[in-house]
Amino acid sequence: MSMLVPDGLAMTGRQLRRVRNNPGLAVLTQMMPVNLLLFFGYVFGSALAMPGREYRSFLVPGLLVATAAGGLMTGMFQAAQDTHRGVMDRFRTMPVSRAAVPLGQAVADLVVTTAGTVPLLVTGLAVGWRVDGSAAGAVAAVGLLLLFRFACTCAGIWLGLLTRSEEAAGQLGASSFVLPLLSDAYIPTDNLPGWLRTLAEWNPISAVTTALRDLFGNAPVPAGAAWPVAHPVAGSLAWSLALIAVFLPLAVRRYARAE
Amino acid sequence: MSSTYAVLSEGLEKRFGTVHALRGLDLAVAEGTVCGLLGPNGAGKTTAVRLLTTLLRPDGGSARVAGHDLVREAAAVRSRIGVTGQYASVDGDLTGRENLRLFARLHRVRGPAARADELLERFGLAEAADRRAATYSGGMRRRLDLAASLLRRPDVLFLDEPTTGLDPASRARIWQAVHELKTDGTTVLLTTQYLEEADRLADDIALVDRGRIAHTGSPAGLKALIGSYAEAVVADAEAMPRAAAVLDRLTGREPVSDRERNAVGAVSTDPTLTLPRLVRELDAAGVPLLDASIRPPTLDDVFLRLTGETTDSKELVA
Repeated sequence: MSMLVPDGLAMTGRQLRRVRNNPGLAVLTQMMPVNLLLFFGYVFGSALAMPGREYRSFLVPGLLVATAAGGLMTGMFQAAQDTHRGVMDRFRTMPVSRAAVPLGQAVADLVVTTAGTVPLLVTGLAVGWRVDGSAAGAVAAVGLLLLFRFACTCAGIWLGLLTRSEEAAGQLGASSFVLPLLSDAYIPTDNLPGWLRTLAEWNPISAVTTALRDLFGNAPVPAGAAWPVAHPVAGSLAWSLALIAVFLPLAVRRYARAE
Repeated sequence: MSSTYAVLSEGLEKRFGTVHALRGLDLAVAEGTVCGLLGPNGAGKTTAVRLLTTLLRPDGGSARVAGHDLVREAAAVRSRIGVTGQYASVDGDLTGRENLRLFARLHRVRGPAARADELLERFGLAEAADRRAATYSGGMRRRLDLAASLLRRPDVLFLDEPTTGLDPASRARIWQAVHELKTDGTTVLLTTQYLEEADRLADDIALVDRGRIAHTGSPAGLKALIGSYAEAVVADAEAMPRAAAVLDRLTGREPVSDRERNAVGAVSTDPTLTLPRLVRELDAAGVPLLDASIRPPTLDDVFLRLTGETTDSKELVA
């Protein structure tokens, strides 16, 4: 255990250096939600019943959470790449704390994500999104967002260690873009048919999105929603902690396991 | 007893589904020696190395590496070994220097930055140290890999096909490094496809076939086991039976004829069969001799014969 902190820091440093040495990828990843904000904000914003500016304010928290859910994809791809390229096996033959490798990756990812949300927030401010709630609420919103990101990354790392192949991880990751589509990230769920609405509201993304909208003061909690959305802060905490409790130990065990 | 062996395995078994990759591997590598693990593709060399470096868990048998039990003391084994190979690689997204500093920190080397620079210098990578490893040539990458395994001087170094695909100059540099390590007292377990490499580097050779050690011995010992090849080239085809009769008498083995070259040859394990004697005997029998030779076997011959032999005996049983 005493090795966890220094090893974890070394592994975190490694991931951050990789981003620094290969900044193109990080920039591309961060441009994606900004583009979506502009496309969705003006295309959907013109077609939906909600007025354009109101929709864009509604959309910014949704995109923040959808991007955080992308931790699933990033975590999976990086872990699969490290396995595929043999870096994981070198760590496994070294006296490295078993939890340090997955944890280091997830912690470094949080640092990158925090920096990566800045362009989205700036663009959001430019198109009319505002923090209308309290400062404490905004800080809590960011905390919930990062906790959710960490949870998604843990799940991704486990999946990446499981699939091992970069190609498979890339394919699986690309198809994960549907997850926010089945939530209230981009559209309100009240008009969905009953069963679809239930499904969307039990999507963890919906709870976190609703919590952010509530804490930023962008949109009220919808009436008559399922429990995680009706109690969005508690719902977000419950989802994120449950995901971490399941997938972090799975990822560590999967990494440490000699077959 | 076990302290004199850097690697000692008994009856090591590994299955992958229905494939029985290792069927009781008994391997003993004395401390401070270089052991070459040779065998055809699929014989179990890589599985053996992956087991001995704690990447795989054995299904049966036991092993001690650097004095520690492979399964119960895996962490202690890991702190005493170095691994370089096809699968244990460096990080292409980091520079050479960043890679070595990272691995030095993880190995808890004192003064990781200085140690990294020292190894970059030693392996001729100082100039490329601040380039991403992904941009390195095959030879540079392999040297960086080897340097990464040597940050904290390992007791046992595993080299899995360290020079596969390298140009002769890069290969010579790796060989030089292995020589130096051996001089420093590091035990090396080497797998290779190049028998010349094993011949040059290894004190002992373990031939792996079908998940078991088929033969062990020094390169010279293994060569002596299969004997030299005595050959006579004659002026006309009609003389070939006479030459064959002489070779049969001298070697006690059935000669093989090569009609295109008018050559007859046989394996000889008799050290008193020298070239002058061969020439005298053939001449005395009236063989119109154009050329004669007694060629010591290469490790390739050893490899083909000894792994071929086990194939034959298996087929006879079946």
